[in-house]
Amino acid sequence: MSMMKNFMGWIDDRYPMTKVWNEHLAEYYAPKNFNFWYFMGSLAMLVLVIQILTGVWLAMSYKPDAELAFGSVEYIMRDVDWGWLIRYMHSTGASAFFIVIYLHMFRGLMYGSYRKPRELLWIIGVIIYLAMMATAFFGYLLPWGQMSYWGAQVIVNLFSAVPVIGPDLGVWVRGDYVISDATLNRFYALHFLVPFVLAALVFVHIIALHKVGSNNPDGIEIKKGPKGNRWDDKAPADGIPFHPYYSVKDIAGVAGFLFLFAAAVFFAPEMGGYFIEHPNFEPANPLKTPEHIAPVWYFTPFYAILRAVPSIAGSAFPGVVAMFASILIMFFLPWLDRSPVKSIRYKGMLYKVMLWLFAINFVILGFLGTQPTTDLYTLMAQIGTIYYFAFFLLMPIYSKMDKTKPVPERVTE
Amino acid sequence: MSADGVDLKKRRTLTLATSAVGAVGTGFVIYPFLAAWAPSEKAKAAGAPVEADIGKLEPGQLMRVKWRGKPVWIVNRTEQNLQDLASLESVLLDPASDDTGQQPSYCKNPARSIKEQFLVAVGICTHLGCSPTYRPELAPEDLGADWKGGFFCPCHGSRFDLAGRVYSGVPAPNNLEIPPYQYLSDTKILIGADGGAA
Repeated sequence: MSMMKNFMGWIDDRYPMTKVWNEHLAEYYAPKNFNFWYFMGSLAMLVLVIQILTGVWLAMSYKPDAELAFGSVEYIMRDVDWGWLIRYMHSTGASAFFIVIYLHMFRGLMYGSYRKPRELLWIIGVIIYLAMMATAFFGYLLPWGQMSYWGAQVIVNLFSAVPVIGPDLGVWVRGDYVISDATLNRFYALHFLVPFVLAALVFVHIIALHKVGSNNPDGIEIKKGPKGNRWDDKAPADGIPFHPYYSVKDIAGVAGFLFLFAAAVFFAPEMGGYFIEHPNFEPANPLKTPEHIAPVWYFTPFYAILRAVPSIAGSAFPGVVAMFASILIMFFLPWLDRSPVKSIRYKGMLYKVMLWLFAINFVILGFLGTQPTTDLYTLMAQIGTIYYFAFFLLMPIYSKMDKTKPVPERVTE
Repeated sequence: MSADGVDLKKRRTLTLATSAVGAVGTGFVIYPFLAAWAPSEKAKAAGAPVEADIGKLEPGQLMRVKWRGKPVWIVNRTEQNLQDLASLESVLLDPASDDTGQQPSYCKNPARSIKEQFLVAVGICTHLGCSPTYRPELAPEDLGADWKGGFFCPCHGSRFDLAGRVYSGVPAPNNLEIPPYQYLSDTKILIGADGGAA
């Protein structure tokens, strides 16, 4: 025992091991009333680890070359021992990442986790979300199937729609006049790079979280409440140490998640064309666009917004602006909510209806983005797009009008 | 360290000058990294002209040729097709091909071609770069009773007639691009070079 203590002392004199452990785990006091929704943060980190690990392993057999890429993915599936498992974990992991993150973001919306003093925490989160989308986009080109190719073609052409510099910008991003070997090669490099940037951002996200402290389903600041619990008489009375209480709780979440994840990997890795789209089983053909092209499900709400905006004065640019604006508007959320309370539990009916409609609307937009355009669907997407922006832009008004309930002094059990 | 005799003004000037030189240096270093993303010499060289043999192209048929990695269509239009072109003008965005960037000057005519019979066009939608589908049939169920043959983009529903002219009210903003080309003989077309005719 004393030898162990001496060893830790030796380390601690040279590196703040015990200090970091205590500050972020053993003596990080999180509110005691976390519920189901608070699994998502740790699950997102788990999926990031799965993606990086399986991704590096795939990179050992994958060839980022327009002539070889499609074949090398089939080689991984058929000839590499357990290659199919690693590849399906990676492709399922991409969708799982977005499912977990969308739930994580919705949790933030429900409990007001973006409100003061957590504005920066939320903004870092939105940056992480952007990095995730970039990674997913780069990665989707790599199998070099028909959907990879034409999906990338459409998205890169979004840049070409920018007035004046657009066409040159598109050529610069592709490194060629069309999506080609040069594009595949650089997307591969970027797909490898961005996840490590993502990991660094997650680190910053957690540092920011531990500075301000975790929010909770009641939206009550435990740091402002009474002090003293059975571990520490200066710590918040309603806080419990992250480790072992929440580390153990999160393990239960991990077990539940892996149960569902394994079911998808083993029994439905393509998820009926939602996780891996059918045209992607055909090698990229620059001369022929598939009959119907749509991005993977996690991009479709934004794709629906893109298509909903008609081109103005012969330019597709307004739709592109609307699509990027629909993501960038999230940065301003902390200043749009003027409600006197944080959590949905104490907000009034008006806000609850707006939020649930927002969630339903997001799913409907997601569905519309997977479908071919018809007059009815275009109209629905236009209404959905208007509601999407109204939710944010009208928030300063309706969050103030909303009849809120009194917030208790202490968190509820 | 003592602050006595420190010339703060001089120190600030030196700090500013050092930062400025550093910023210029950083700018110089960034440039090669950005420039490395431009198309390589090899990619630029791949834009060489290609030949197409249209001797076996039946009336109503379409053939695809790859030029600069893009699909180029050659369509052998029927008499009926050519007559229908004029009747569509009221529903088109730019029926007279006034947007000069979309075709060489020698193709700024009603059929947008050198020889009326053969359409040569880059098969990439001017909206977001999908390759539209060739739909020569008259009045198919999904495209409506007024459809007189043309191209339909499956991605976002843009429509073009058999001269590659865009319909109004669809997402695509321009007519399809007509590449520079020339006839080497009655049955051979060279795509990508027009011998200076433009």
